[in-house]
Amino acid sequence: MTAVTDSQKLAYIAGQAADARVNVEIETEGMTLNMGPQHPATHGTLRIVAKLDGEQVVSCDPVMGYMHRGYEKLVEVRTYPQVTTLVNRIDWLGSFANEVPFILAAEKLMEIEAPPRAQWIRTVLFELSRIANITLFLGDMGVQIGALTPVFYAFRDREFVLNQIEAVTGGRFHPNFDRIGGLRDDLPKGWIADTKAAMDKVRDFCDELETLLSGNEIFTARTRGVGIIPGDVGLSYGLSGANIRASGVDWDLRRDQPVGLAWNEVDWKVWTHPDGDSFARYWVRLQETREAADIVDKLLDGLPAGPVMAKVPRIIKVPAGEAWVSTENPLGEMGYYVVSKGDLGPFRVKIKSPSFNNISIIPWVMRGVYVPDVITILASLYFILGDIDR
Amino acid sequence: MTLAVELSYWQQSILRTVGVLAAVLLPAGTFVYVFLFKMVSFMQSRLGPMEAGPHGSMQLFAEVGKFIQKEDIVPNRADARLFKAAPYLVVAAVLLVYVAVPFGPDALFADLDVGIFYALAVSSVGVIGVLVAGWASANKYSLIGGLRAAGQLIAYELPLVLAVIGVVIQAGTLNMQRIVMAQAEGSIFGFDGLGNPFVLTQLVGFVIFLIATQAELTQTPFDMPVAESELVTGFMTEYSGLRFLLFFIAEFASAGALAALAATLFLGGWYFPGLDPDANYMNIVGPLVLLAKMMVIGGLIFLVRFTYPRLREDQLQKFAWTVLIPISLLNILVTMVLKVAF
Repeated sequence: MTAVTDSQKLAYIAGQAADARVNVEIETEGMTLNMGPQHPATHGTLRIVAKLDGEQVVSCDPVMGYMHRGYEKLVEVRTYPQVTTLVNRIDWLGSFANEVPFILAAEKLMEIEAPPRAQWIRTVLFELSRIANITLFLGDMGVQIGALTPVFYAFRDREFVLNQIEAVTGGRFHPNFDRIGGLRDDLPKGWIADTKAAMDKVRDFCDELETLLSGNEIFTARTRGVGIIPGDVGLSYGLSGANIRASGVDWDLRRDQPVGLAWNEVDWKVWTHPDGDSFARYWVRLQETREAADIVDKLLDGLPAGPVMAKVPRIIKVPAGEAWVSTENPLGEMGYYVVSKGDLGPFRVKIKSPSFNNISIIPWVMRGVYVPDVITILASLYFILGDIDR
Repeated sequence: MTLAVELSYWQQSILRTVGVLAAVLLPAGTFVYVFLFKMVSFMQSRLGPMEAGPHGSMQLFAEVGKFIQKEDIVPNRADARLFKAAPYLVVAAVLLVYVAVPFGPDALFADLDVGIFYALAVSSVGVIGVLVAGWASANKYSLIGGLRAAGQLIAYELPLVLAVIGVVIQAGTLNMQRIVMAQAEGSIFGFDGLGNPFVLTQLVGFVIFLIATQAELTQTPFDMPVAESELVTGFMTEYSGLRFLLFFIAEFASAGALAALAATLFLGGWYFPGLDPDANYMNIVGPLVLLAKMMVIGGLIFLVRFTYPRLREDQLQKFAWTVLIPISLLNILVTMVLKVAF
C-alpha cells in the first residue's frame, strides 16, 4: 500500500482551496443544499447546510442540536447508580463503553478500586461494545458509497457479539451493567468459549469485508485521497479516536492512559495510517476491529479469579470533589468531568463526547469537494447522533 | 402478421395492445421478483418476501396494490403539469423500444429497416422524462439527480451506439430481424450447428454494451442520478403512489428492453441452435428463448448492481470518454478491417 506523500497532501489541500476561491471569484449564483435533519446519509438528525457551485461545495456547516436530550442536566437529579441508565444512550451502538468512564470517575472520587476480575471483565465488555459499534460502521461505509450488501453482513455478524453482551448483562443495546466498585454479576457458565467462537466470526467478517470493500477498485477510487485531514489540523480541531490515528497520530488512550482497566496486561498494537483520507479512516477501523477481537481473546485467556465487586456502602454518597476520567471509546475520547458536593447524586457533570469534536472539522474538510464526497467524508468521520447532541 | 384467421383492424389492435403489455410487463415483473426480491436477498443473507404466495411470488401484486392506494402528492411549488406528465414520458419511451424487438419469425410489432437505430434513439427519450421530473419537482435533490441523468446519458449513449456499430457492420443491416437471421444462418469456420452469435466475434462490443447499459439504466455502479444515500433517489424524491410505481415499472421494463436488445444483437435473439428459424412454432418458442436470454443478461446487470459501490459523477464521465469510447472506436476499426479481409 503506497502512502500519500506530504507534497501530495498539500497539493490536494491547495487545490481544494483554489477551486473554492475560483468559484467565489467567478460568482456564479450558488445553491444552498440543505441535507437533513432527515437525510439517509446522516443516520440521525444532523443537518448539513452546504453552499454549492454546480456540484462543488463552497462552504459547508453542520447544524447540531436536533437530538439534544439534556443528559448533562438530567444526571443532576439522579443518584450515582442511576446515571448509567442515562449515559448508556449517548453512543447507542457501543453502550457499555459509555458507562465505564463515569463509573471510573465516581470510583476515583470515592477512592474505591474494583477488584482485578471486575476490571478485566469490564475491559472485555468494553472491547465487545467497540466491535458491536465499529462493525456497523464498516457496513455503513459501503451503503453510503452505494454498495448495499456489506451492511447486511455487518448486521448478521454483529448479532453474535450482541448475543454475548446480552448473555452477561441481560441487555443487548443498553447493558447498564457497570456498578461503582465492580460489576453487577460474574460471567455466566460457558460464556468464555462462546465468546471466543464469536470472535472468530468477527475475524471472518473482517476478512470478508476486506475482499468486498478494500479490494474493490471503485471503493478505493471513491475513498482514497478524499477528505484528507493532516495530523496537525486534526489535532487542532480536537479529533480523537480512529479519525486522528488515520492521520498518522499515534495516540490511543487505551495504551497511554489505562485508568485501571486491563488493556496494558496484554499485548496489542495501535494501528495508524499515514494518509488521513477516508480510506485511511475506514482501514484503521477495520484493523481495530480485528485487534479488539484479539484483545478479547487474550483477556479471556488470562482472566483472574476473585470477586467482581468491591466493598461499597449500601447507600452511595460520593465525597465532595472533582474528577475527570476519559477513555478511548469506539468513537474516540469520551470523558466525564464529575463535580460532587457529597450528595447522593452528582452536582454537575460535563460529558465530553467524541463525535461532537469529530464532526466539527466538517467546514474545514468539506471545502471544494463534490456532493458525493460529502457523503463519503461524513461516513468516514463516523459519528453517532446521540454522541453529538447528548 | 401471418395468422390462420384474418382479423379486423380493431381485433388486431387489441391483440397488439395485449401483446405489448405482456412483452413489457412480463419481463419487468420477472426481473423484479427474481432479481430484486430473491437474488439480492440471497446475496445479502436474508430471505426476501416470503408471505404473499409461495415464496412471496405474489408480492408484486401486493406492491402494486399498495402503490395504487397511496396518495398522489404534488408538491406546492412544483410545476404540476410537467410533474404529472414526466412518469408517462419515461414509460412511453420504454414501450417504444419494444416495437423494434423481434420475438419470432413472424411475432414482431413492426419490421423496421432502421430497427436498432430507432430502438437506441427512443430509449434515450426516457431521460427527457427524468430531466422533466427532476426540474418540475421543485426539489434541489431532484434537480441534481435530473441533471446528473442528462450528463450521464450524453456520456453513455455514445459507447452504446458505437458498440452496436460493430454488430451492424458484421450483419450488414440495421434491421433487427435480419440481424437475428444473420446470426441464425451464420457459421463458425464452416461449422453451422450453433449459428454465429455475434458475442463470439464482438465480445468487446458486448462488454461495452453491457457497461453502457448499466449506465443507461442508472444501476450501480453508475446510479448517481438516483443515489439514495446522497440524493435520496434523485428525480424520484417527490413522487408517490401511482406515479412512483410508473417510474419503478419503467426502470425494470427498460432493464428488460435493453436486455432484449443485447440478447438480440449479441446472443442470437429468439433463435436457438438446432431449431428451424423459419418454422411456424418458433413464433411460440421464440419469445420464450428470448426471455431466457434476457434473464441471463438481466442476471448480469443485477449481479453487478448489488455487488459494486457507486462511482462519482466525474469518475463516470472520465471512464466513458477516456476508456469506453476509444476502445469501442478501436473495435469498430478492427471489425471493419476484418470485414473487408474476409
